[in-house]
Amino acid sequence: MTTTDLGTVFPDEVVTTAHVRVVSLPLGAGKAALITLDNGHDHTKPNTLGPATLLGLEKAIDAAYAEPGIVAVAVTGKPFILAAGADLKGMALVTQRPQALALGQLGHRVFGKLANGPVPTFALINGLALGGGLEIALHCTYRTVSTAAQGIALPEVFLGLVPGWGGAWLLPNLIGADKAVTVIVENALNQNRMLRGPQVAQLGIADAAFDGADFIERSLHWVAQVVRGDVVVSRPEVDRSSEAWDAAVARGRAIADGRLHGATPAPYRALDLIAAARTVSREEGFAAEDEALGDLIMGDDLRAGVYAFDLTQRRAKRPAGAPDKSLARPVTKVGIVGAGLMASQLALLFVRRLEVPVVLTDLDAERVEKGVGWVHAEIDKLAAKGRLSPDARNRLTALVTGSTDKAVFADADFVIEAVFEEMKVKQQVFADLEAVVSPECVLATNTSSLSVTEMASRLRHPERVVGFHFFNPVAVLPLVEVVRATQTDDPTLATAFAVGKTLKKSCVLVKDAPAFVVNRLLTRFIGEITRAADEGTPLDVADNALAPLGLPMTPFVLLQLVGPAVALHVAETLHDAYPERFPVSENLRRLVAAGKPGIWSWNEQGKPYLDDSTAALFEQGPTALSADEVRERALAAVAEEVRIMLDEGVVADAQDVDLCMLLGAGWPFHLGGITPYLDRSGVAERAAGGRFLPPGVASVVRA
Amino acid sequence: MPRSTRPVRDVLFVDGVRTPFGKAGPKGMYHETRADDLVINCIRELLRRNPGLPPERVDDVAIAATTQLGDQGLTIGRTAALLAGLPKSVPGYAIDRMCAGAMTAVTTTAGGIAFGAYDVVIAGGVEHMGRHPMGEGVDPNPRILAEKLVDPSALVMGSTAENLHDRFPHLTKERADAFAAASQAKYAKAVADGKVQPDLVPVATRSVEQGWGLATDDEPPRPGTTVDDLAGLKTPFRPHGRVTAGNSAGLNDGATAALLVSDEAAAEFGLTPKMRLVSYSFAGVEPEVMGVGPVPATEKALAKAGLSIDDIGLLEINEAFAVQVLAFLDHFGIADDDPRVNPYGGAIAVGHPLASSGVRLMNQLARQFEERPEVRYGVTTMCIGIGMGGTVVWENPHHADYTQEAAA
Repeated sequence: MTTTDLGTVFPDEVVTTAHVRVVSLPLGAGKAALITLDNGHDHTKPNTLGPATLLGLEKAIDAAYAEPGIVAVAVTGKPFILAAGADLKGMALVTQRPQALALGQLGHRVFGKLANGPVPTFALINGLALGGGLEIALHCTYRTVSTAAQGIALPEVFLGLVPGWGGAWLLPNLIGADKAVTVIVENALNQNRMLRGPQVAQLGIADAAFDGADFIERSLHWVAQVVRGDVVVSRPEVDRSSEAWDAAVARGRAIADGRLHGATPAPYRALDLIAAARTVSREEGFAAEDEALGDLIMGDDLRAGVYAFDLTQRRAKRPAGAPDKSLARPVTKVGIVGAGLMASQLALLFVRRLEVPVVLTDLDAERVEKGVGWVHAEIDKLAAKGRLSPDARNRLTALVTGSTDKAVFADADFVIEAVFEEMKVKQQVFADLEAVVSPECVLATNTSSLSVTEMASRLRHPERVVGFHFFNPVAVLPLVEVVRATQTDDPTLATAFAVGKTLKKSCVLVKDAPAFVVNRLLTRFIGEITRAADEGTPLDVADNALAPLGLPMTPFVLLQLVGPAVALHVAETLHDAYPERFPVSENLRRLVAAGKPGIWSWNEQGKPYLDDSTAALFEQGPTALSADEVRERALAAVAEEVRIMLDEGVVADAQDVDLCMLLGAGWPFHLGGITPYLDRSGVAERAAGGRFLPPGVASVVRA
Repeated sequence: MPRSTRPVRDVLFVDGVRTPFGKAGPKGMYHETRADDLVINCIRELLRRNPGLPPERVDDVAIAATTQLGDQGLTIGRTAALLAGLPKSVPGYAIDRMCAGAMTAVTTTAGGIAFGAYDVVIAGGVEHMGRHPMGEGVDPNPRILAEKLVDPSALVMGSTAENLHDRFPHLTKERADAFAAASQAKYAKAVADGKVQPDLVPVATRSVEQGWGLATDDEPPRPGTTVDDLAGLKTPFRPHGRVTAGNSAGLNDGATAALLVSDEAAAEFGLTPKMRLVSYSFAGVEPEVMGVGPVPATEKALAKAGLSIDDIGLLEINEAFAVQVLAFLDHFGIADDDPRVNPYGGAIAVGHPLASSGVRLMNQLARQFEERPEVRYGVTTMCIGIGMGGTVVWENPHHADYTQEAAA
């Protein structure tokens, strides 16, 4: 495999050109070659790095060094962007390990030229610099960063890779192992947290920071000062003691274990590389990076990660099956029926994002006052944290009001109910609303499991009813399941999608089926775990059976978060619809009846244990399964349920199931949501009659 | 305050900078660089060069542009101040007097300092003639033609220069070309001697095709230009005319900015004046011979200062057209090659991004004052479209009598 052959692997690469220009440095410092990375598109399509781009950059670096009399080489990017890293689309097309290895070697060869030139090299980090984009900078002798730059990170671990074009060796040697662990592992696993320009300077990644207004000018002035010797760059000494280094790597391991329980290799490979970086040479370090890339690129975890990333970046923004945006009606006032905690959380979200009047109603003045008071207090908290200006605080506070009289909804365009989960109650609420509001006013329900069609059935205008299902905590989880009931019309649906977008939520269109997608799958899944426990599997064995998947929490911890009563209600709804697949655990009923907050109690160290009173409630049978058996059964059930949901047309595609699980349940990228994992583990074949996704969509096609 | 005791305060020119000037058009170095970014660079450079001045003490930012559209619109003095990072408490505004925009920004804010409304101002100008060609979006009132208010040639600057040749037949094309060649030579020598570079602030230039560049030098000059080179050039404004691209300023992109303060503010912030404002005047002439404007403007400004042309040791006159400079010199009995006039060359060499040029003249006069402490007074003057001239008389603080009088 030669590097030039890689072009055939990446046939549709959007090539980023590396322009070279000779500039006269200020202060009479001499001539420098300035390389600009630019893919010819505006800042909404960032520069990416594929094989053709890398080869072009290599030519540019060679040409720069060949310029007679130059004293420095500088690299920067088109406005607001240095580079967004490797071409992920192309990476997903690699079919052979030698290709993957060659890709790593090519990056090292090209970027390495910036470290081994005849003159000092400078990276001017003018904006977005992700992954390979930041690694270009790390290879340079010196770095400046714009204080206005946003989106600087090594996100490889987040996707299932390692910073394998030099980052894993260079960064710890530049700023020390502890800060490198923060950037490479901790930030990546913390929902891909990114750095801003000033933080990049504080961490010591950049040697100097300049304002955005004249960043290139001031950077080149600084280059001139460094070349002339007016400025001597000094960097804080890195603690290279094995104690400090090992402690940093151990901290990274604890973070990875806490989130992933060893379920996916990328963070651990990254930590191994960081650990070795203290003692191995640059060449050895880079060779180890190549090997890691070879393994990870040829692993399904990365492919699932890239697939999941694409779903959250693209499909989430263009929901499958959503009607034309132009049909959406403007929403100038929002009503919320109910003033409990969920309703209050909705009110806070709506007022912050829509910035229109939001009115809460409830049965008595005390509840209304409490709900409105909670929202006002939350607004005050945001203002105290500096996240709202005093004027914005005043504006939002004035927008949130309450009443006991639904007549206040008369001029609302969108009313959502968040009252008790009982069909008769909700039907009555909608009937009351219809007496007040306009015929076009959208009536939305935040029901988690009831039939939206039935809820609308007694109305004169059932076509304006839509399901709008949030996930708890409302402010955190980015998913809204938008439920199309039998009679829901397109303008209503379009309005719901438009509202969801303004709320900065990702909306997935789902059919009006019991418990929709996320709760249905989670209930089926928890139901299998509970069933195993009911039959006699020790509770900790059952609860930890899924640990190898790296889910964000165990089933029983999730049960506690949701609340046993809510979980029971959803389970009963699903049991009514599908009694064979959704048994209702008697143990769960007893737990709810006893008012227990969950199965586990928590000791002072935060470890779960089964307290005696809960244990006394729990009646188990004689059949104890192993963890492997529980896991196989639970996954088979999930696979079967996904298949049935797709057959029923609950969502358009398996991709939508995955998007829901990623965004509504926080299921991890390395599983691709869930169907890529069900496919690659063989569960889909065994339990659901075949794969959900064609080979290659979220998995390696091995040539 | 009782009316009679309001003091008139001294106005000091503390510092001035400019971008390198570029050629307008697709091949020019600033073609893909925004006009506002040019002037923002100048404002930031002024603040960097004068670290003793707290930015919040700037009382106003006056920025001129002839075409106040797009990146030269939106009240450019205010938006440029914000984008340059000045505190939001610092106001700004836009000014237009065509070629004398920056000069007017200086005189208008200087009036405010003298009156006591301001202590510190930034005044400058910008013209990106590539992004905003002359005449963009103009809509002359039809009465101008219908009532013959103005000769139709008055709106074409090159034609007004031809008209000047008509009015003063002894100002021949040969004299104009000789003056132009000398301008190129004087500019080239000034660059070689390092006189021009200290006023320049480098600008990063954007190009989609070539990547970022850095403008550090003026693009328009044509060093080595001879009279013979100029003789054969086309006369685009009139067949067999006299005005050519060689004896005129070109179409250019660039920006300038100056820092002006009251004498009290100079003392408070430890700022050293480069020039003291003595007087200024603007005057109108027939629009079809706008190039003669500096004559009455200078007469007026000298009269207000109680000075005569003999008191003026250095003259920075804008070279929109060679003939227009010759008309001025002819009027005052000054030789075409008098060493007091444009010692570093002028706009024919360096370029004339309309509304920015006034401060370039001041920068150069200030440098020359430093070199020539025996000169007490100097003049910056320029012709202005639609028939005007503007003149500012300055005093050299390096002159021996300057401090004596200040002490007295």
